Amino acid sequence: MSNAKLPSTVRKSKGDDLVATGNQDYVTMTIADQMFGIPVLQVQDVLGNQRITRIPLAPPEVAGSLNLRGRIVTAIDVRLRLGLPGRSKDKPGMSIVVDLRGELYSLMVDSVGEVLSLTNEDFERNPATLDPRWREVSTGIYRLNGQLMVVLDVPRLLNFTTVETA
Amino acid sequence: MDDLLSEFLTETNENLSVLDVELVRLEQNPNNPELLSNIFRLVHTIKGTCGFLGLPRLEKVAHASENVLGKFRDGELTINPEAVSLILQALDTIKSLLAVLEATEAEPPGDDIPLIERLNLCAEGKLGAPAPVVDAAPPPPPSAPAVAAAEERPNTLDELEALWNSIPGPATPVPPPAPAAPASTALAPRAPEPTPEPAPSQDLVVPEPEPVAAAKVPVAATPVASAGGAGHANDGNSENATKESAVAAQTIRVNVDLLENLMTMVSELVLTRNQLLQILRSQKESEFAAPLQRLNHVTSELQEGVMKTRMQPIGNAWAKLPRLVRDLAHELNKKIDLQMLGADTELDRQVLELIKDPLTHMVRNSADHGLEIPAERVKSGKIETGRITLNAYHEGGHIIIEIQDDGRGLAIDKIKQKAIQNNMASEIELASMTDQQIIQFIMKPGFSTAAKVTNVSGRGVGMDVVKTNIEKIGGTIEIKSLQGRGSTFVIKIPLTLAIVSALIVECAAERFAIPQISVVELVRAATDSEHTIERLKGTPVLRLRNRLLPLVSLQELLKLDDNEASTKTEDETFIVVTQVGTYTFGIMVDRVFDTEEIVVKPVAPILRHIEMFSGNTILGDGSVIMILDPNGIASATGEMAVADVVGKETTAVQTQRQEDKMALLLFRAGDGAPKAVPLSLVARLEDVDVATVEMSNGLPMVQYRGKLMPLVPIDPNFMLGKEGRQPVLVFADGDRSMGLIVDEIVDIVEEKLNVQLAAERPGLMGSAIIAGKATEVIDAGFFLTQAYKDWFGSGTNDGYEEEKLHRVLLVDDSPFFRNLLTPLLSVAGYDVTAVENANDALALCEAGEDFDVIVSDIEMPGMNGFDFAEAVRHGSRWQRVPMVALSSHASPRDLDRGRIAGFNDYVAKFDRDALLYALQQTLTDHKGAA
Repeated sequence: MSNAKLPSTVRKSKGDDLVATGNQDYVTMTIADQMFGIPVLQVQDVLGNQRITRIPLAPPEVAGSLNLRGRIVTAIDVRLRLGLPGRSKDKPGMSIVVDLRGELYSLMVDSVGEVLSLTNEDFERNPATLDPRWREVSTGIYRLNGQLMVVLDVPRLLNFTTVETA
Repeated sequence: MDDLLSEFLTETNENLSVLDVELVRLEQNPNNPELLSNIFRLVHTIKGTCGFLGLPRLEKVAHASENVLGKFRDGELTINPEAVSLILQALDTIKSLLAVLEATEAEPPGDDIPLIERLNLCAEGKLGAPAPVVDAAPPPPPSAPAVAAAEERPNTLDELEALWNSIPGPATPVPPPAPAAPASTALAPRAPEPTPEPAPSQDLVVPEPEPVAAAKVPVAATPVASAGGAGHANDGNSENATKESAVAAQTIRVNVDLLENLMTMVSELVLTRNQLLQILRSQKESEFAAPLQRLNHVTSELQEGVMKTRMQPIGNAWAKLPRLVRDLAHELNKKIDLQMLGADTELDRQVLELIKDPLTHMVRNSADHGLEIPAERVKSGKIETGRITLNAYHEGGHIIIEIQDDGRGLAIDKIKQKAIQNNMASEIELASMTDQQIIQFIMKPGFSTAAKVTNVSGRGVGMDVVKTNIEKIGGTIEIKSLQGRGSTFVIKIPLTLAIVSALIVECAAERFAIPQISVVELVRAATDSEHTIERLKGTPVLRLRNRLLPLVSLQELLKLDDNEASTKTEDETFIVVTQVGTYTFGIMVDRVFDTEEIVVKPVAPILRHIEMFSGNTILGDGSVIMILDPNGIASATGEMAVADVVGKETTAVQTQRQEDKMALLLFRAGDGAPKAVPLSLVARLEDVDVATVEMSNGLPMVQYRGKLMPLVPIDPNFMLGKEGRQPVLVFADGDRSMGLIVDEIVDIVEEKLNVQLAAERPGLMGSAIIAGKATEVIDAGFFLTQAYKDWFGSGTNDGYEEEKLHRVLLVDDSPFFRNLLTPLLSVAGYDVTAVENANDALALCEAGEDFDVIVSDIEMPGMNGFDFAEAVRHGSRWQRVPMVALSSHASPRDLDRGRIAGFNDYVAKFDRDALLYALQQTLTDHKGAA
């Protein structure tokens, strides 16, 4: 973990500056043509298509586990988590690795885009009419040029207990 | 070298170096009581250990030093540099003695009387002079200046001062011997510091101190002491000096975290090594082969070495037990002898920590529940003192720990009562369980058989926690108990948790690891091998050495969909025979690879609830695989299954002992529980080709042995298929027969029947637990009437029999048998009256009922069959009525006894044909006789 932290601390100082000016950095990604964002500081790695070991009996959103430089990472299919149909098998996806309380999770998405620095002025709370599944895992929406970006809340995205009860 | 001695050397050397520092600090802070008592304690320890090990010379020196220190501590003496030097001197003596001890394993001959004398003198408050200090230089001849100083014994302060003035001269020139130089130079700068302090203290010791002298004394004293030491080292003993530290350097204290970290790193290294080896295997020729082989070996050795650093003798976990047992014995008024064997068996620190509490708990249990009070023990012919034996040993990569007591053993009856009380099992379930299975209840949560909750145990939170803890570390626990003879708990745990050896298997194109600890054997089952998987209503089983092994399909268990076009078909399956506690079962997998050392990593928190997995790991090829948890699999396949297997194992042994055992045919028909019918009622088992079924009179019929046989389904809504074969049970009587349509014939078992007569449905006699499962016992008579409405009582209606029906009186205490035999005899054309005991039968006699024959059970509560027969034969109205005895005991002796009592015939229970024949014979004979 320590080696992975190095770049993030570098980013951190930069991020802090931006916060001061009301800006936040987000790693953007696309799932089913919708843009999503995760605060850049929470992202450890961006991976291409990986060999994933299925985990029997796991919740459907858990796609399996994979080996990331000797660490076991649990892969989450974000599409299923968001109540979207699964990605077709022939399209290779990408993953964003995040750290939640010392455990690594790989969020499988369709594609990962660039890092955007967004101003707080463009941020808005979730519309009340948003799909409850989305509302649950999103902190809000950024109005971008020509499209909207949904900010994903990683801890809530990985909290499966609410899914089970729902 | 003796372990004890080397440990002593290490420890003492350690203590001595602490003492050196502490004494110096004391000199600077003479009023620090904490420091003083610490020093005192250290010296005392040295003295104590010397005495213990039989090192009188060392002990004497240490003792004398301790005396001086004692006076300091008690305030009788004021700390002064001379005294401190004297003690340092004594310590040096001890060090040199230790050096000899280390080299020769024996104390050097000689004594240290001069030193001791001076120490004593000092203790008496009459510190002679520093000169003796010099004299006190260790046994090897002191260096020249020291000797010179020693020769004179200056008594006055003036002389003393003069002496000191003279000494610095030689002391500084001493340097030529290499070791001395740093010593004196190092000490020199430090020496001035104490000067201001000792000044007042000097008053007490030396009558008229001159400040100058007082100031000088400490300065000089230290160099002298060290000069002495240096001189000694110089005298050809420099080797000793280095050796002295050699022992001390043999062990170092390392932070556990550091070791844990090292272990983790080594684990990772092992994984990487495995990966490299895997890559190498795929490449035929590689220049990496040789270096990789070396890396492989080095890694293995490194792993082994690091593992060793984590190993601790299990005795560490037992250390508290003798005291615990002593206290318990006292509290419970018992006499307990605790024996601990194999305390030096080593196991991983982490494992050790985890089993400490369970072990303590179990020993406590043995002392409290297991052992009896002395009086009770004497009464049962044992010696007063109960014994608890702890035994630890290695066995094939595992540690086995046995906790054995020679107490009363587990009280099966109490456990049963408690199980019923706590709604863990019904009486019927318990009746069909073996002792071994019943014992397992003590592992269930909320179970305690101690009559009252004592201080010690009996709160019912014990054994289940023990079991959970042990299972948590991949271990198993077994209980053996002999009533009145004691009980034994056997714990089997892996040596280490970090790296386990696991079997890699494949199922539905997914690979899994199964910890080797629970794997008993591997069996290949294929159509062409001696082992084939048989199915009982879809449930796979395997015949393995005359036993049925329940099988678990990993694919079904893990709900793996076989989308890989199932290249692996049924024709070859591997069975991993797995044992969890006493439960043995087979896990069906498609392929078995090899065993691999794997590093268990916990699964992500969101997956912790899946109890089939104990963790996951990265294999040599870099892929992640899940580690199966045999405990989880066992509990998922049901504890009842556990009961089943164990039950069968033991019943085989106990067949002779059990009474009401009978052969039952188990089958499945319709939905719901498996069904059973006494085998004695079934004439044959047939497999009917459905195509040959014809319909007649609204009933399906088949031509069977030249006659039409009606087929009756158990489920009235059952529809016969169009093709295929249909198993049927054929019930026959005379030339009539009927077929009962069943789905599948499962098994034939010998079981003791405990029928609960709660048949709310027609055609069912009731339910019983057979082979550990609730089974419906069908009422054959009901289905017979379905086939032939006139089956019963047909004789009277259509002249099937010319004579009036023979009346049979059936006396049997078992409701099941009355229900079983009534239709059986009815079918055979008898008019049956059944009563449950001899008294009722005699009451019928009084009431004027008449019977043609009496069939009586022998074993009955109250009046038994023999007494009943005698009662009937002697003066009752029925004395001429023939009697047939019915019993599971059909030995010639029983037969004779039956004849004497008045029975005309004697038939073994469950032998349908024999009974019918006997009845027929008896009646014919009787008629003939009459």
